Amino acid sequence: MPGKLDVQIGGLRLKNPLIAASGCFGYGVEYAEAVDLSSLGGIVSKGLFLEPREGHPPERIVETPSGMLNAIGLQGIGVRRFIAEKLPELRTLGATTIVNICGSTLDEYVELARILSDAEGVAALELNISCPNVKEGGITFGCSLTGTFDVVNAVRRVTTLPIIPKLTPNVTDVASFARASQEGGADAVSLVNTFLAMAIDVETRRPALSNIVGGLSGPAIRPIAVRMVYECRRAVSIPIIGMGGIACGRDAIEFLLAGASAVQIGTANFVDPFIWQKVLADIDSYMTRHGVARVADLVGALDTSAREKEWISS
Amino acid sequence: MPVDVRARVVANTRLSPDYNVVALAAPDIAAGCRPGQFVMVKPGRGHDPLLRRPFSVFEILRNPSGIDGFSLLSKRIGVTTSLLYDLEPGDVVECLGPLGRSFDLVDPPRDAWLVAGGVGLAPFAAAAEDLVARGTRTTLFYGARSARELFYLDWFSSRGVEIVTATEDGSHGDRGHVTIPLERALGRARGELTMYACGPEPMLAAVSAVAARHGRTCQVSVERVMGCGMGGCYSCVIPVREDGGPPHYVRSCIHGPVFDGASIVWEYRRAG
Repeated sequence: MPGKLDVQIGGLRLKNPLIAASGCFGYGVEYAEAVDLSSLGGIVSKGLFLEPREGHPPERIVETPSGMLNAIGLQGIGVRRFIAEKLPELRTLGATTIVNICGSTLDEYVELARILSDAEGVAALELNISCPNVKEGGITFGCSLTGTFDVVNAVRRVTTLPIIPKLTPNVTDVASFARASQEGGADAVSLVNTFLAMAIDVETRRPALSNIVGGLSGPAIRPIAVRMVYECRRAVSIPIIGMGGIACGRDAIEFLLAGASAVQIGTANFVDPFIWQKVLADIDSYMTRHGVARVADLVGALDTSAREKEWISS
Repeated sequence: MPVDVRARVVANTRLSPDYNVVALAAPDIAAGCRPGQFVMVKPGRGHDPLLRRPFSVFEILRNPSGIDGFSLLSKRIGVTTSLLYDLEPGDVVECLGPLGRSFDLVDPPRDAWLVAGGVGLAPFAAAAEDLVARGTRTTLFYGARSARELFYLDWFSSRGVEIVTATEDGSHGDRGHVTIPLERALGRARGELTMYACGPEPMLAAVSAVAARHGRTCQVSVERVMGCGMGGCYSCVIPVREDGGPPHYVRSCIHGPVFDGASIVWEYRRAG
């Protein structure tokens, strides 16, 4: 029986549209003391390679106007430790766990998908083909239409888990990458990852980040992300998971109206780890106020009919 | 378990043109807070600043019947510290805490030596009160630029804490870094003691080295650029070496901010 807030992402049913974004929620267990993980629609793990990684040296983040730049460099424990140490706890906590996987090669994505398909408690795979901060983090796949198709298609052949490529906004036409993902057999796409950006300390003339450049997130990017979700909605029929600067219920609804079936929250969780219930309450009261029975009814419900008539006709 | 509190400003004492102590009504955080833990603070609404900033809890504020809240010692450097400096009573500060690992405070007959540099005094009021309550003999080694930037000396001495100072201009105590009187005292010390240090990382590296030379343990409270305070973002990492293994990055928010000074790989610090 479908409820008011639950959403469907391909074969994956989520109890509500709010998902913790990869890289913004550790492995989930870090937040278990503060947040009931089972109350979230889902969580996406920090990006995992086959092997552990140390990531970039500090400084790894810097605040920018209404946003933050990061270049963490995908520090992580590797997939085997994740399965052994984190996944059992996430299962016990009732989390719907989407695992974000990163590869340097096509084979590494395939291997990760195989390993995780055999693990208990993985709800879906998010393919990280969009991290701007490491050369080998899949961005070479994510910036090429054939690369995107190939990695999605290769993973598709080895798993029945829902696969969700996470798209980069650092391309001219993100919708074509959504299309390539769909053609490759993706169940959904998630977008956007961070915008490649840079900040400089003018007093010291040094880059603010040790990696020199990093990925911009937070409210500053939200309008661009909303536009990209809207473009993808018009290009593909598979569900879209939208993200980029969501900090309150209204922001989340904006993504739903633009065409996202669910949303991820990242940076705002750093500011307020208790944000989830607040955003859900906002969405719930919006739905009551607007007489919306199911959150799915908001998806793509953008109304473009009421524009003022163009008075210069061509 | 951390709680998020919209804490009312009870008082804001400007100690100098840069330093202030802001007292916050947040009994729920203060009651669960152990010395050395920190809070993530956001003094304004909206997106500037966007992220919270970490602050060590300075004092636990008590009344005869219980705990009222806590105070923060802040030095005006950036956006958040400027907002904290300008707060007035009645203003509201969003506080998430308590967070992180606390100091492992010692009992008699072991002595406690607190080593503070500048705003690194921040975790030591609560620590000193706890130590004094245990009956632990406590000494504060306190370094600053000048006598004008040494604060709360009467507060510490009235609680029975012995104070040793050093200033860069020689206006109070030794001229130079706090490691000068510290090293001298370590050369004379005979009993068991544990050191606790907070301040700029070059000072923490120096204090850890001095402690190691004299065969003493030193717990250091580090400050790194921190995004969330909860272990979510991996921004506040510091290189440590444990059990003789290779150096690796750990998150100072959940593995620290208090570390064994000997475990930190200080030579990895960014140059300059």
